[in-house]
Amino acid sequence: MKTAETIGSAPQKWQAFFIKIADIYRFIVRIFKETFSFPIEIEELLKQCYIQGNRTLWLVSFASLLAGVVFTKQSRPSLIEFGAESWLPSLVSLAIVRGLGPLITALICAGKLGSSMGAELSSMNVTEQIDAMEASGTNPFKYLVTTRVLAITLMLPVLVVYSNMVALMGSYIAVHFFSQTTFKLFFSQAFESITFLDIFSTLIKPILYGFAIGVVSTYAGYYSSRATVGVGKAANQAVVVSMVMVFVIEFITIQVLGTMR
Amino acid sequence: MNTNPIIHTQPVVLRVEHLYKSFDGRQVLKDVNLLLHHSENLVILGRSGMGKSVLIKCIIGLIQPDEGYVNILGENILDMDVKALNRLRQSIGFSFQGSALYDSMSVRDNLTFALKRNLGIRDADQLEQMVRETLQAVGLEGAIDQMPSELSGGMRKRIGVARCLILKPKIMLYDEPTAGLDPVTSSEINELIVEVKQKYDTSAIIITHDIACAKATSDRIIYMEDGSCHLEGTFEELEHKNDPQLSTFFNYFKVH
Ligand SMILES: Nc1ncnc2c1ncn2[C@@H]1O[C@H](COP(=O)(O)OP(=O)(O)OP(=O)(O)O)[C@@H](O)[C@H]1O
Ligand SMILES: [Mg+2]
Repeated sequence: MKTAETIGSAPQKWQAFFIKIADIYRFIVRIFKETFSFPIEIEELLKQCYIQGNRTLWLVSFASLLAGVVFTKQSRPSLIEFGAESWLPSLVSLAIVRGLGPLITALICAGKLGSSMGAELSSMNVTEQIDAMEASGTNPFKYLVTTRVLAITLMLPVLVVYSNMVALMGSYIAVHFFSQTTFKLFFSQAFESITFLDIFSTLIKPILYGFAIGVVSTYAGYYSSRATVGVGKAANQAVVVSMVMVFVIEFITIQVLGTMR
Repeated sequence: MNTNPIIHTQPVVLRVEHLYKSFDGRQVLKDVNLLLHHSENLVILGRSGMGKSVLIKCIIGLIQPDEGYVNILGENILDMDVKALNRLRQSIGFSFQGSALYDSMSVRDNLTFALKRNLGIRDADQLEQMVRETLQAVGLEGAIDQMPSELSGGMRKRIGVARCLILKPKIMLYDEPTAGLDPVTSSEINELIVEVKQKYDTSAIIITHDIACAKATSDRIIYMEDGSCHLEGTFEELEHKNDPQLSTFFNYFKVH
């Protein structure tokens, strides 16, 4: 309950903030420890991978296709103005592989998977299912948290590669609509400008996004408050913080990759 | 505490001494002391919010007490590492107040969850046979493929108990086994608790505020008040005690 005393002064808020950071740090350490300790919950891991892929596949397809079409249509007039229409495939492919694809996929996953992980774990907490697992001598953390975090960390790169391909298809459709470019020409131009570093970043970034979304969402759910409102709050927190984390990671990786280019 | 007229010949399987717990400065448990003997059903009776659930969760280590000593089957659970604690927990069954069935799994998977992980049993036929046997013991063989959301409150309680029994526990802890059930279903659950003691040779702590449940299942009763053990005895002994609080409890039962 929040009274005038418990809201606290600024130093207390900072203290609470740093305690939270330390708590999340311990949470992450525990995830690493338990992910690489036997026995591995392989069945649950595969199930989570399937569920997560299945939940997001259509939305990722739809959003990526549209993004490809829209981005291409909007870039074309400016390029024509500069007489650089032939650069369209390489511009679009760079934009998609470096930025759009990973970002769209990560945001969709933060929204769909983050909220469901937060809500699911938190409702298990409220109904004492996590306590029940612990009371029966099993390890609920390993079963519930590590599998979900590992699954989303593995699935996000796969989804991003898929999203890139679909967005490029969308872009091709838009290009083809104006000028009868062949499939082969478009894609050979599109891939020409992509460097090893781009491929590398389009795979590394989603691993970081996935891990961050997984950690943030499972943390929000696993340590949610025991009240029923805790479920909604956990889901909400999972999405909001996940999305912020995605942008923070995007910002940092762009800075780091920029120095490498 | 009163003088204890019950003479126990059985060994002690669970001992709680000087247990204290407070939440945000509010003292919930104050100096709780109790003993549980082998093959004994001990009922802990007390009003709502008295800290009964907190007590039982301290016993199994889900809540860390502020002070005190809990010894189960000869081991002190408060200074145990996680591995040892988990091993000990396998011989303790905890039936939760709200059943706490895993609602994303079928009844079968609820029962095999801990079995697979604790005992490493992977053989499908063996698992199936153990599940069927246990479900038969709680009278719900037909529910094996159902999801928890399809079950009634009484059935959920039974499945919750079955989920403990399949691990062949030595001690059962029941938190409000009859809460929220109609009188007929309640008495069926009471019968089940007595049956479990006979069939599985368990000792049990049954936490309740339901006098009928206490009467049907208890060998001995502890009445809790203000966060500590107030009175102790068999049902008949407590029935004739002249304690104002306790009489209210018993009179209510007589009226209904
Ligand atoms: N995790 C917790 N954090 C803060 N307070 C708690 C916590 N768990 C229990 N309490 C408080 O401890 C008190 C006792 O709760 P408990 O659930 O043990 O009651 P109970 O005797 O089981 O009641 P009931 O018969 O309704 O189940 C309650 O007032 C509750 O507010
Ligand atoms: Mg309770």
